[in-house]
Amino acid sequence: MTLWLWLLLSCVLAYAWKLVGYLVPASLLRNPRMSRIAGTMTIGLLASLTVVNTVASGQSLALDARLGALAAAAIALWLRAPFLVVVLAGAGAAAGLRLLGWS
Amino acid sequence: MKLAQSPAFRVGLSISIATGLYGVSFGALSVTSGLDFWQTMALSLLLFSGGSQFAFIGVVAGGGSGVAAMSAATLLGMRNGIYGMQLNALLQPRGWRRFAAAHVTIDESTATSTGQTDPAEQRRGFWTAGLGIFVLWNLFTAVGALAGSALGDPKQWGLDGAAVAAFLGLLWPRLKGREPVAIAVVCALATVLAVPFVPAGVPILVAAFVAAVVGWFSHGRSDEGLEPDVDPYAEEHEAARRSGHSPGDAS
Repeated sequence: MTLWLWLLLSCVLAYAWKLVGYLVPASLLRNPRMSRIAGTMTIGLLASLTVVNTVASGQSLALDARLGALAAAAIALWLRAPFLVVVLAGAGAAAGLRLLGWS
Repeated sequence: MKLAQSPAFRVGLSISIATGLYGVSFGALSVTSGLDFWQTMALSLLLFSGGSQFAFIGVVAGGGSGVAAMSAATLLGMRNGIYGMQLNALLQPRGWRRFAAAHVTIDESTATSTGQTDPAEQRRGFWTAGLGIFVLWNLFTAVGALAGSALGDPKQWGLDGAAVAAFLGLLWPRLKGREPVAIAVVCALATVLAVPFVPAGVPILVAAFVAAVVGWFSHGRSDEGLEPDVDPYAEEHEAARRSGHSPGDAS
């Protein structure tokens, strides 16, 4: 039940960010540093989410089939595959490696 | 001009299909990370920003708390505020349209709009991509969520690997040049170092903090990292890259 609470709060905050751009005078927001931080944070968060989903297992680090998924996704992206193909490559690699016995 | 002849309308439609389709992967991953069908739909209908939605479920899947999931999603949503500011100057929506425009202000609708030079085309591009993606993204989220809950053991199908691939796929288009790559590497290292010492979900916030500090003190491009997940003008940009010109307007 508390997950619902945080989820709905996330939705409210996401809409608030979007709306701020339309309602606050541009002169207050047209700050190159603000937009630079928005950009570097996007890169940092996505890099971190990639790593967490690859090697974190709760509070410990684990090297398992997810590493294969990362490699397969990187190859697919290198070959300019569309997003959905990249995701399928990741799933296929992880499932395949598990079939071969690597957890 | 007839709508079908408008370049922004056509670009908006194709980007809607490309982006909408990957709602399938969001829906499937969301239910396998422990959210139920309606929580998944609430994220697509109400939060409606791909990166933030993936971040929310990515933290939950890793055992992170609701607060950590909310924080990651909200920090990732900051860039939509920057887009809103750009679009407000460009389209100047009035009355209720402003509130509707805000909801569909995302990477792809912004990129479709700003890739045009004619004001009418900018407007058409924004609304076509924004509303088109909204409808298809939600439709395909539902399809993915229903399929995902029918799959059984998510690990057997490699769905944890699919999540890894999805995040790398979201990161990849933003790694243009040496500096964004350096930021990504530093934040990845910060994450690995933090994992053993703080509760699940928090390493992601540590990385966000590191990235914000880098953004505060370094002086790179001010639009770094503000690239869309799927580039509406990929073909034009590719052609410009091959011919050695900088990507100009696409019209």
